[in-house]
Amino acid sequence: MSTKLALSDEILLTIDKPARYIGNELNMVKKDPKDVEIRFAMCFPDVYEIGMSHLGMQILYDMFNKRDDIYCERVFSPWPDLHKIMKEQKIPLFALESQEPLKKFDFIGITIQYEMCYTNILQILDLAQIPLFAKDRTKEDPIIIGGGPCTYNPEPLADFFDLFYIGEGETQYDKLFALYKEAKKKKWTREEFLRKAAQIPGIYVPSLYEVTYKEDGTILEMKPKYEDVPIKVEKQVVMDLTDAPYPEKPIVPFIKATQDRVVLEIQRGCIRGCRFCQAGMIYRPNREKNIEVLKKHAYEMLKNTGHEEISLSSLSSSDYSELEELVSFLIDNFKEKGVNISLPSLRIDAFSLDVMGKVQDIRKSSLTFAPEAGSQRLRDVINKGLTEEVILNGAGMAFEGGWQKVKLYFMLGLPTETTEDMRAIAELANKIAVRYYEIPKEQRNGKCQITISTSFFVPKPFTPFQWARMYDKDNYLGRAKTVNDAVKEQLNRKSIKYNWHEADVTVLEGIFARGDRRIGQALVKAYEKGCIFDAWSEFFDNSKWLETFEELGIDTDFYTMRERDREEVFPWDFIDAGVTKEFLLRQWDIAHEETVTPNCRMKCAGCGAMRYKGGVCYEDKN
Amino acid sequence: MKIRIKFKKYGVMKFIGHLDIMRYFQKAMRRADIDIAYSEGFSPHQIMSFAAPLGVGLTSDGEYLDIEVKSSKSSKESIVNLNNTMVDGIEILEYKRLPDTAKKSMSIVAAADYKVFYKENYESPYSVTEWQEKLKEFFTDRPEVLITKKTKKSEKVMDLKQLVYDFKILEEENRPVFYLNVCTGSTDNVKPELVLEAFYEYLNLSYDAFAFQIHRLDVYAKTEDGYVTLGSLGEDIE
Repeated sequence: MSTKLALSDEILLTIDKPARYIGNELNMVKKDPKDVEIRFAMCFPDVYEIGMSHLGMQILYDMFNKRDDIYCERVFSPWPDLHKIMKEQKIPLFALESQEPLKKFDFIGITIQYEMCYTNILQILDLAQIPLFAKDRTKEDPIIIGGGPCTYNPEPLADFFDLFYIGEGETQYDKLFALYKEAKKKKWTREEFLRKAAQIPGIYVPSLYEVTYKEDGTILEMKPKYEDVPIKVEKQVVMDLTDAPYPEKPIVPFIKATQDRVVLEIQRGCIRGCRFCQAGMIYRPNREKNIEVLKKHAYEMLKNTGHEEISLSSLSSSDYSELEELVSFLIDNFKEKGVNISLPSLRIDAFSLDVMGKVQDIRKSSLTFAPEAGSQRLRDVINKGLTEEVILNGAGMAFEGGWQKVKLYFMLGLPTETTEDMRAIAELANKIAVRYYEIPKEQRNGKCQITISTSFFVPKPFTPFQWARMYDKDNYLGRAKTVNDAVKEQLNRKSIKYNWHEADVTVLEGIFARGDRRIGQALVKAYEKGCIFDAWSEFFDNSKWLETFEELGIDTDFYTMRERDREEVFPWDFIDAGVTKEFLLRQWDIAHEETVTPNCRMKCAGCGAMRYKGGVCYEDKN
Repeated sequence: MKIRIKFKKYGVMKFIGHLDIMRYFQKAMRRADIDIAYSEGFSPHQIMSFAAPLGVGLTSDGEYLDIEVKSSKSSKESIVNLNNTMVDGIEILEYKRLPDTAKKSMSIVAAADYKVFYKENYESPYSVTEWQEKLKEFFTDRPEVLITKKTKKSEKVMDLKQLVYDFKILEEENRPVFYLNVCTGSTDNVKPELVLEAFYEYLNLSYDAFAFQIHRLDVYAKTEDGYVTLGSLGEDIE
């Protein structure tokens, strides 16, 4: 049995990495499209190797395909080489499994993980030969549904989607599919279906809301057009994570994906409450998976994929209460079989160093710290509980254990940041180097290598910093220069390397992150000018974006340079994300007082997530 | 214990390149519970090597890879276990134990058989009989057939008469099919497309690589008994 490929040999043998477009990977689900009632195309709007590394997509793929009446297939952004050919030859975009055009499908579900993929969403619709604007679609067209973290402010994309699913995908899809089947049977119009879908918790239908603006450009009001459409859309949360669906047989790509390993999700949410972090807020409350289930998953997934590595996934692995037992289990059972164990997001302490010493080559590996801010003052502002003492102790222990490479991650442009805070980044790196050279010469291994990386802070919806202002490109680069100059003044400057992030892409990300419906037209225009793969520096073309905003008369400073007023109505205020606006505002205030908030396990901060009745909020606090 | 595995590569798998096929088999060994041996050191890797990499776009009935195992089930069971975890387009044909003194397949490869045919939507410029006459003129009757092989660094003149051991054209389903047995290996290596390209050039035809499907039939080593398939150097495990 062989599938007829959508692309000819001539095309596949001309483009880069044809394996991106042929499907057929191990554990790919095969069904006869004729046997199902609903055809769902799951899309990650970036290149195959990135998209295939995304856990959420694999979870939903598995969950949907367990149903006999649905065939869920995959689609990714064609790389620019193929994009050009598909446009020239008018080849419709297809799904990998059946190789059939997307326009035949019932649903196209697009996961929206970062702002810089927005033009790739338009690329998908365009290549699929589906109208870009939801209002132009007819009953012949698939329903376009969006999900993922960026839907916590879906407004810049409101014109292009029929529906958004706000929150974790595990809870409401069955209801949506049941409604869709009913709609098909009873021959409802597209509008009738969408109107009813809006009543499913977590489903947001942008066309059913009206937004009015004040003279100053901020939102006056956003309200439903009809009475039966909810004013607030509630985020969806899976409270029983242990028994939630999890893919036992993940697809194994032929070409090396970014995440070429088994990914074991150990918990969702984070107890820390860093004030810049959107994931830490929108995935509240923190919920752990039962360790016995995790052991079983680890075994099955390794067996079913043959991967040579397993990685734990969570926002802060060290906070998983049974981490030690889990890690010992993985080492004892799989290390001998040549399976690597990868432990990202670990706090550096005696335990983690011991474990890391067992699972990786100390000489080659590096320690990672993410203090995010250089000074203790600014770390208190952002509620990053890491102290200088902890960093120096951790680094000291590691150096004595044989490590000599350290990576440090910081953000520039955080609220209240001063020149002293920026300089403190270089000073902290220097102190770490000093700690290294305290080790007697004969016991150490040459020089230490300390790498500082800074990104520029982008305020995100549903964080305490959603009121914060941003800066322009030159200001950001000035901040990076301050750090760079300070690094050069350090005694151990030869052991310190400094990298900083691009600044123009930061500004654009900021526009999209807190943008409103008026940004949608800019996306279309920029796409027409050729902007795709904006997340890739080799394709990102800032001049096209500047032109676009200029031509449309959009003042981007409105989105980036303003500190928001306490009373301002945000484009995303219609979403109930679990954390209340009062809590976020309280956090914004105490950030300015440089006051830290204890983590969820130590003391409840009253964020609002307790109403989900589970997770860390209901752990025995003793 | 040394094991030689023979497999087929067909269908859409022709788009998967050699390095990815290696990664594919590394994972397949784990899934099929093959007790493969690992190299020493901090990041051990499976002891595995391939006979002759197959280019992207080519299919094959005779690909070989050698592995080292610590213990092994019977050939029959191992083939079943491996085939249970193969994707469409890869099929395990043989699993044979090699003598401990056996050399790696990579170092003993001497020749390979290929079948080259026109893809469905391409027409042959000549009938089979015409092709057979042209072949006589271009290859069979000439004392030497010199061609220039261009690599990134240099140009090399080669005599196809020394490197193409057999070349014939047969008729299958009213279409010509080219059968070639060519010198293969790390020192002298002739790709079938190179031969065809030279043939086309000789006939003043423009060569279109997309017109042909190249299919490898088997790979051979040279022994005292002449050319033998790589698979025949091993024994089935009962």
